[in-house]
Amino acid sequence: MLKTTALNGIHREAGAKLVDFGGWEMPLHYGSQIEEHHAVRRTAGIFDVSHMRVVEVLGRDARAFLRRALANDVAKLDSPGRALYACMLNDAGGVVDDLIVYYLGDEAYRLVVNAGTADKDLAWLARVAAEGGFSVAIVPRADLAMVAVQGPEARARAWQALPGMQAATESLKPFSAAFFRDWFVARTGYTGEDGFEIVVPEPLAAHAWRALTRAGARPCGLGARDTLRLEAGMNLYGQDMDETTSPLESGLAWTVDRKTDRDFIGRAALDRSPPARALRGLLLLDQGVLRAHQKVATAHGEGEITSGTFSPTLSRSIALSRLPAATQVGDRVAVEIRGKPLAAVIVPYPFVRQGKSLVDSFLSQERSS
Amino acid sequence: MIKTPQELKYTSSHEWVRREPDGTITVGITDFAQEALGDIVFIEFPQLGRTAKAGEAVAVVESVKAASDIYAPVAGEIVAVNDSLKDAWEGLNQDAFAAWLFKMKPDNAADVAGLMDATAYQTHVDSEAH
Repeated sequence: MLKTTALNGIHREAGAKLVDFGGWEMPLHYGSQIEEHHAVRRTAGIFDVSHMRVVEVLGRDARAFLRRALANDVAKLDSPGRALYACMLNDAGGVVDDLIVYYLGDEAYRLVVNAGTADKDLAWLARVAAEGGFSVAIVPRADLAMVAVQGPEARARAWQALPGMQAATESLKPFSAAFFRDWFVARTGYTGEDGFEIVVPEPLAAHAWRALTRAGARPCGLGARDTLRLEAGMNLYGQDMDETTSPLESGLAWTVDRKTDRDFIGRAALDRSPPARALRGLLLLDQGVLRAHQKVATAHGEGEITSGTFSPTLSRSIALSRLPAATQVGDRVAVEIRGKPLAAVIVPYPFVRQGKSLVDSFLSQERSS
Repeated sequence: MIKTPQELKYTSSHEWVRREPDGTITVGITDFAQEALGDIVFIEFPQLGRTAKAGEAVAVVESVKAASDIYAPVAGEIVAVNDSLKDAWEGLNQDAFAAWLFKMKPDNAADVAGLMDATAYQTHVDSEAH
C-alpha cells in the first residue's frame, strides 16, 4: 500500500500520471514532462514535495549534536531562518543522507531529509544522540506538507496568490527562511531557479496548492524535478551518492567543513584517504541519451554515469558521472550506449542556471563521425 | 482517450502496421505506447537494407524516462526510415499514427495478415492496463 500526500486527490483530479516513488504515490507528470520543465525555466511551476520529511532537533545540545552529526558546520548559521546544505556521514565517510538544515534558534533546528531515507535517518540520528550523550529531542513532523514553487516568476506568483506573504518574505535572501503565520517559507529549491519551498500544516496544503496554481504556477511532477535538478547540477541521493561513496567523490567537498578541528562523524575516514574518483559533468556530443550506469571510458581509466537525462533546455543529453580523479574539464570521453562508443566531453556543472545554458562553449564541439 | 484506428494491424509489443499498395508495410508505435513512454527525445533508426526476424529489436525510442526497443512486426527487410522525425521527435507524441518509424518489405505477405486487428489489440491493451 503506497503512502499518499495531502495533495493526492488534487493530483488525481488534474490527471497526473502517478508512480511509486520510494513507497509514496507521487505525480510523475501531468501530461508533458518537458512542458513542465520549460514552465519552471521560463515562468513558474509548483511541485508537491510532501513526501520529504521535516525533522526537528530541539534541546540544549541541539547545536553541538548537529556539529557532530553533519559534515557541514551549523555554527555558520548565525541568524534565525538561515539554511545550510549538509551531508550526514557514516563512520566510513559514506553519505547516510543529504539534507537542508534551518536554524530556528539556539535550541531548535529544522531538517528536511529525503523521503526514501527518512526512517533510516531518524534511527541514525537517535544513535548518534545516544552515543554522544547529547540532550536533544528528535521530532519527525509527519503533520506537515511541503510544496515548492520554482521559476523566475515563482516569488511574484506566490505573493499574488497568498495575501500577506510578500511583506513576510520579500527581504528573504537565498538559502534563508521565515515563518508566515503557520507557514514556513524558505527561499530554497532543487531546480536552479529562484523560488520558495513552503512547509504548511497538512490541512492547509490543498488551499496553498490551489491558490498558487490559480496564480499561474504550473503543476509539475517528479519527472521535471529530475531533469531540472540535473541541469542545475544538483545531486540526487541514492543515485549520485550513497553510503558507499564519500562526499569528496560526489562533488560535495564544498559541503564538508574541515576549517576547524570539529570532530564530525566520518571525518577521520575522509582525512585518511584522498578521493580516487570525482563527480564530473558530461555533455553528449553524439545523438542519444545518457543514462545511469552506462560505462564511460576515459584516458585515465573507466567510470560510470550516476545520473543521465535529456536536457530540455539544451536539447542535448547531459549526465553526472563518477570518473577517475585525474580527468579534467574539456577531456573527450566515450560512453558505451547499446554496445557503441559515443563521444562526450567533460564539462563543468551546473549545466543551466536561472534559465541560461552555462555550457554553450562546449555545444559547438564536433561529434564523432 | 487512446486511439486505435480500425484499418491498421497491431503487435502485442505496441507497434502498428499499415499495409501499403506496393506490398511494403509501414510501422510505428501506438498511441498507447507513446503515452506510456512520455516525451520522446530521440530515435535510433534501423540501418536501411537490414533484415530482421519477426520480433527482433530493430529500433530504439528514447523518452525522457527510458530507452525502449521497437520490434520488427514480421520478418523482412528495412526499406525506409522516417528521417523527417529528426529533431522533431515530439511529433511522435502528438500523433503516433502519423509519425511512422520505418517501412519493411515482408518476406511473406501472409505474416502481416496474421497480426492482431484493432479489436484484438484493444483487448490486449485493456488487459495490460489492469
